[in-house]
Amino acid sequence: MFELDNVMLSRLLTSLTLGFHIIFATIGVGVPLLISIAEFMGIKKKDPNYTLLARRWTRGFIILVAVGVVTGTAIGLQLSLLWPSFMQVAGNVISLPLFLETFAFFFEAIFLGAYLYTWDRFKKPIYHWFLSIPVVIGAGMSAFFITTVNSFMNTPQGFEVKDGALVNVQPLVAMFNPATPTKVFHVLSTAYLTSAAILAAITAFYIIRKRNTEYHKKALKLTVGSIFIFALLTAVAGDLSAKFLAHEQPEKLAVAEWHFETEEGADLILFGRLNEDNEVENALRLPKALSFLATGDFNGEVVGLDQFPEDEIAPLWVHYMFDLMVLIGFYSLGVSLLYLIVAKMKKWNENNKWLLWLIVFNGPLAMLAIEFGWIYAEVGRQPWILRGYMTVAEGATTSPNVGWMLLLFILLYTVLGIGVVTVLRKLFKNNPAESELERHYPEFTAKGEER
Amino acid sequence: MTYELIGITVLWIFLYGYLIVASIDFGAGFFAYYAKVTKRDHVINRLISRYLSPVWEVTNVFFVFFFVGLVGFFPDAAYYYGQTLLVPGSIAIVLIAIRGSFYAFENYGSKQSNIYLFLYGATGLLIPASLSTALTISEGGFIEETAEGVHLLTGELLTSPYSWSVVFLAIVSVLYISAAFLSFYAHRADDQGALNLVKKYALFWSSPTIIASLTTFIAMSQHNEDHFNRMMELWWVFGLSVGFFMLAIFLIYQGKYYGWAFIAVMFQFFTAFFGYGASHLPYLLYPYITLSEGVVNDAMGLALVIAFIAGLFLLIPSLILLMRMFLFDADYVKGKK
Ligand code: HDD
Ligand code: HEM
Ligand code: HEM
Repeated sequence: MFELDNVMLSRLLTSLTLGFHIIFATIGVGVPLLISIAEFMGIKKKDPNYTLLARRWTRGFIILVAVGVVTGTAIGLQLSLLWPSFMQVAGNVISLPLFLETFAFFFEAIFLGAYLYTWDRFKKPIYHWFLSIPVVIGAGMSAFFITTVNSFMNTPQGFEVKDGALVNVQPLVAMFNPATPTKVFHVLSTAYLTSAAILAAITAFYIIRKRNTEYHKKALKLTVGSIFIFALLTAVAGDLSAKFLAHEQPEKLAVAEWHFETEEGADLILFGRLNEDNEVENALRLPKALSFLATGDFNGEVVGLDQFPEDEIAPLWVHYMFDLMVLIGFYSLGVSLLYLIVAKMKKWNENNKWLLWLIVFNGPLAMLAIEFGWIYAEVGRQPWILRGYMTVAEGATTSPNVGWMLLLFILLYTVLGIGVVTVLRKLFKNNPAESELERHYPEFTAKGEER
Repeated sequence: MTYELIGITVLWIFLYGYLIVASIDFGAGFFAYYAKVTKRDHVINRLISRYLSPVWEVTNVFFVFFFVGLVGFFPDAAYYYGQTLLVPGSIAIVLIAIRGSFYAFENYGSKQSNIYLFLYGATGLLIPASLSTALTISEGGFIEETAEGVHLLTGELLTSPYSWSVVFLAIVSVLYISAAFLSFYAHRADDQGALNLVKKYALFWSSPTIIASLTTFIAMSQHNEDHFNRMMELWWVFGLSVGFFMLAIFLIYQGKYYGWAFIAVMFQFFTAFFGYGASHLPYLLYPYITLSEGVVNDAMGLALVIAFIAGLFLLIPSLILLMRMFLFDADYVKGKK
């Protein structure tokens, strides 16, 4: 069932690199915004707790960004090495956003360097905060540009094929294809959500470990509040993505929903399994909910898999990826809402152990949702690499040795993964926030004690 | 100017930019390790990390810019290179990944380790060696096109004198460029101890650089005579390069104008690199792809040129800001900030 030919190996290596890169890329897009918010609150409220928060987040962030940069360089080169025919077409039609992305990288890298090394260089702290804005924008722009490329793969347009040649190319039309708006929105909102979720998880973990200081409580309130906002945005963006799919790429939605027959008032199927006759068993059915998700009308018509030739249908297991992603989205929304309600009630204690553990779990779960989401988005496009134009098999390299390279990269990512974890643990273990607060802001801690 | 000429000029300028900034970085890694082994690390390593820390990411983007730009302006070249360079390209990726991340681990992660430093030094020499493969195969003779596609002739590559002379040239140039820059930086930082050491490195690595250039010329005449003849037509460009080389060595030796000396080094490589590039044309990949056949369609060409100009408006002021903060801010360089 599973043949390790060049195509399969290339797919495995691509998924490996992207699956690894997206962890760091998501943090690279989302965390600068939270750092910027924290530094701004520190300046506005004249509260060094927030400033220190920004400083410490930045210190962990820079290490993760380094891995993001090197794995990004890897995927950038690997796309040409593993999918040369695809990149030949991509170069002709969709290279504009790829090219623009490098400028976003330049912009971000330059200001990140400046931001890192100038904490105490300005007389007015607000000038240092200004340096964070280009970092936030640069990171957001790189996500935007790369996501337009991925959108193009799903709904290609802006060119014509005549006698095997690409003619009448319109770069902007290709870039702003039908998938672009919802995808960009969803990718950005989930990057911010996930980054907030991870920072909140770390903070909650510290509080459970009895580091129950004002610094940590403020950090938790800030991050969980952000989770709530971005989880709402993510739900909206996800809903729009589903409506986009129903309209432009119905086979992808149908695969995720195990929606075999075109019908009105379609049920939404949660989890379950398929028996030999492709019938759904043990699933939770939400009556007419799929029609609502797809069209905004409980009786709307949803196209099923019966409308597509069998060899153009993606693997049915992506159903689980989709369900898990959505489930985690609602989990984030629920947990953050719960925390905010408990915090509002004077009588209740929002730093209760159970609630904190729920927040801790939310961090890794959000990152998993990113992975599930991308696996769904990418596998759900199968067999196409460029939907309707080029299949994955046509795009792959023919050179030998892909298998060896796969092994090489598994080794590389293992080393990098272990390295990141070790270094981050060392960095914060011997340097708790309280003592750092005292070192950097002695006047403030002294005042705090008088109170 | 046609799109293909604009495209190749832009790419070649950025590749040249990468050659300079990355050489500084790669060479510095080797010197840092070498100084550690010879117990002189206290003299120069602080100087090195002070310059490199804020800029290493920017260095990396120069490289990314080049290969993304190549896909954009010359998609066919990207196809041939992609098909053939899987193994050397992957090795280069792994080395770059190890180097970048371990640099960050050591530098921001406050962990000093000899292994990190060794990896940092060794990769600094291996990366230029593996990247130079791309230039080597562009001379032709290392690629075979069959019905199944394009393949690299690894055996030919590993036994060719030309390919080894390029590797040798790449490595010694890296050390020479880096030492020349560090002399300038040490001079600015008023760090006499470091200056004496890196100045010695610069003078030491100058002669292998010129020898390697000569052997590469000779190997080229054996490997691709057409290209060699076109290079000979541009003899004055390479002559200029030698002139800048002598000027640079004189200035470093004399020990007053290290800034000018480094500028002379930059011109030495600028002339040589553009002389090589200009004589390489019309081929991008001999004999498969020429400039005019391999270029992207007009619509995309125009879009990329506009994007490039717009990007420069963003990039140049930001780069100036960065250089003023970390390269020309005397207090920072001296370690007072
Ligand atoms: C620039 C375009 C692009 C972008 C933004 C992404 N991908 Fe993708 N992905 C590809 C371009 C691509 C590709 C090169 O075109 C592949 C190879 C096979 C295929 O269908 O598309 C692919 C395949 C592919 C596969 C294998 C699918 C299969 O089994 O057939 C996975 C699991 C992912 N990707 C995962 C990701 C992740 C985790 C991403 C988040 C960063 C991501 N993709 C973004
Ligand atoms: C095919 C997919 C992708 C390619 C080719 C790619 C390419 C790259 C490259 C080349 C870098 C290194 C940049 C540098 O040297 O500074 C990088 C880093 C990064 N990528 Fe990706 N990327 C991909 C997917 C993504 C996705 C999906 C996102 C976001 C949603 C993303 C966001 C980032 C970020 C934030 C960085 C760090 C940039 C920096 O800090 O300089 N990437 N990527
Ligand atoms: C709240 C409910 C959610 C819904 C209804 C939803 C819906 C969707 C849909 C329909 C897609 C496919 C879009 C496409 O391929 O064109 C998608 C993809 C994706 N999802 Fe979600 N999602 C939700 C929550 C989340 C969460 C919580 C995360 C991560 C924190 C996440 C991360 C992703 C990612 C990274 C992708 C791939 C990007 C893309 O292709 O658009 N999603 N989602």
